[in-house]
Amino acid sequence: MLNFILLIFIYIGIFGIAAIGLNLIVGYTGMLSLCQAAFLGIGAYSTAILMTTANINFWMAFIISGLIAALCGILIGIPTLRLRGDYLAIATLGFGEIVKNIIINWDNMTKGPMGINGIPGLKLLNFTFTSLDKLPWTLIIWIFVAIAYYIVRRIVRSRIGRALEAIREDEIAASSMGINTAKYKIGAFTLGAFFAGLAGSLFAAYNQSVAPNTFDFMMSITILCMIVLGGLGNNAATIVGAILIVVSSELPRLLGISNIIPPQLNQVLFGFILVFMMIYRPQGIIGRIKLNYAKIIKEEILHLEK
Amino acid sequence: MNLFNIPSNELLQHLINGLTLGAIYSLIALGYTMVYGILKFINFAHGEILMIGTYAGYYLFNILCNPADGGIRVMLAFILSMIFAMFVSAFFGVTIERIAYRPLRKAPRLAPLLSAIGVSIILMNLAALFFGTKSKKFDYPFNNSTIMIGGASITPNQIMILIVGLILMISLKLFIDKSRLGKAMRATSQNQSVASLMGINVNFIISLTFAIGSALAAVAGILIAMEFKVYPTIGQMAGLKAFIAAVVGGIGNISGAMLGGIVLGLLETFGVVILGIPQGLKDTIAFSVLIIILLVKPSGILIKNIKEKV
Repeated sequence: MLNFILLIFIYIGIFGIAAIGLNLIVGYTGMLSLCQAAFLGIGAYSTAILMTTANINFWMAFIISGLIAALCGILIGIPTLRLRGDYLAIATLGFGEIVKNIIINWDNMTKGPMGINGIPGLKLLNFTFTSLDKLPWTLIIWIFVAIAYYIVRRIVRSRIGRALEAIREDEIAASSMGINTAKYKIGAFTLGAFFAGLAGSLFAAYNQSVAPNTFDFMMSITILCMIVLGGLGNNAATIVGAILIVVSSELPRLLGISNIIPPQLNQVLFGFILVFMMIYRPQGIIGRIKLNYAKIIKEEILHLEK
Repeated sequence: MNLFNIPSNELLQHLINGLTLGAIYSLIALGYTMVYGILKFINFAHGEILMIGTYAGYYLFNILCNPADGGIRVMLAFILSMIFAMFVSAFFGVTIERIAYRPLRKAPRLAPLLSAIGVSIILMNLAALFFGTKSKKFDYPFNNSTIMIGGASITPNQIMILIVGLILMISLKLFIDKSRLGKAMRATSQNQSVASLMGINVNFIISLTFAIGSALAAVAGILIAMEFKVYPTIGQMAGLKAFIAAVVGGIGNISGAMLGGIVLGLLETFGVVILGIPQGLKDTIAFSVLIIILLVKPSGILIKNIKEKV
């Protein structure tokens, strides 16, 4: 039982990191991206391939996976940054499908639909993490959640964050205020992809196996649901959303009624969450903390006067 | 004609296959483009509306007759199920617009898009629950043995797809260009508030748009189900491809959607043959086309660039 709760926390952590990244893209910058699962997949497969065929240790593979995902983020970000919301959504959806197709068809690298098994566990100092022993895993993943949370929090409360929010509210107005919208949009996209890549890397290392069909459109939607449910553009709310979504999808197994309730019912629930939240509470359960710009400016003036 | 060292009869064969595929894409793309023309938003659930209509047609067809019997009775049952499927899809299209999109008409752009994705997921998974995930074959109502034309083989079903596609597209084009309701539709797509000042019931026109687009999707769905199969996630890929077709032709442009569908169908078929792209990566062609078009000419191949108003 305790193991199962820890397992849920591990998944909350992994998806939470990806969701924090997505929140930067969707919540703060207002670009609807539907390929977060593809970045997770890229991260997971990079780790799997690096660790099994190149024998690189986890920590190197972890960083490289994040960077590869970020690179892919730049690649998809550059052609699509000129697009408005709905076009971007479709382009990213297409990108997600391409990634999945490539993973399935690139047999000699990814072992095709079979996926890669037997990824070695990770070691820290002299301690080896095994998937049976869940407590250390939970701790290490939540440390990364905290780091990701802190980094994004620092970013969104800085000049960059205000630029991103300006782009979200009105791109044309933002660019006429001197914000280089292309630079900020690519930046947000890349960083979001980077976090997803790290999450994917953790996912692969924890499960010790990867399969292409895990990283499908539904996974992107699940992550999107987390940030919509919690509240777009609010990092703490993202974590709350991740907790709610993961717990609700594991609830049948937790209560031991998973054989009565079909898995589709859960996804129907996600669909209803999207529709109802948009109609009745578009700001999410928690909502967005409105920055008090008058106060910020006042503080900055006081700071300058000193 | 000896292009890329492919015998001319094979070339003709691929042309036929590409055109059939393209006609189906065009029919679905029309729904996207009509809705986009009026509401300026992508109806993500369009593919799922197609799927629901196809299942409705499939079940009615199998209740009304035994497809193995053949003859006039089966043909009649087929036409009836086609009409039934169109009505079911139209009903779903209109209802979804009422419930999930209308409250969000004045909301920020992201909201209706997310709501549409939600609807699409609900329908897809409910279909998997009710109809099962196994794919079902829509039987041919006629004898589908191949006919040879100039060394290429064509099935009666492909001929039907081409004819039905052509008839529906021409009648839609005439409806929008010539009829009073079509005129009202064009007016609504240009400016909703002015259109309503001219005495046009904007809500009715929007519902009508959804109904027509969804009915066309149902026809396309049944044609796909006959050529291939029907399964709960059929709408996802078909919808995506058709959307790409709409973008290729210039979204919001009726003729563009027709042209875009044909272009995409041909590109997919010839991409596999000429460029030697493996079958498994066939879907990648369409997405690459999308990304290239969005990069080079986001307004599509038919219309001129129009600057966005602030």
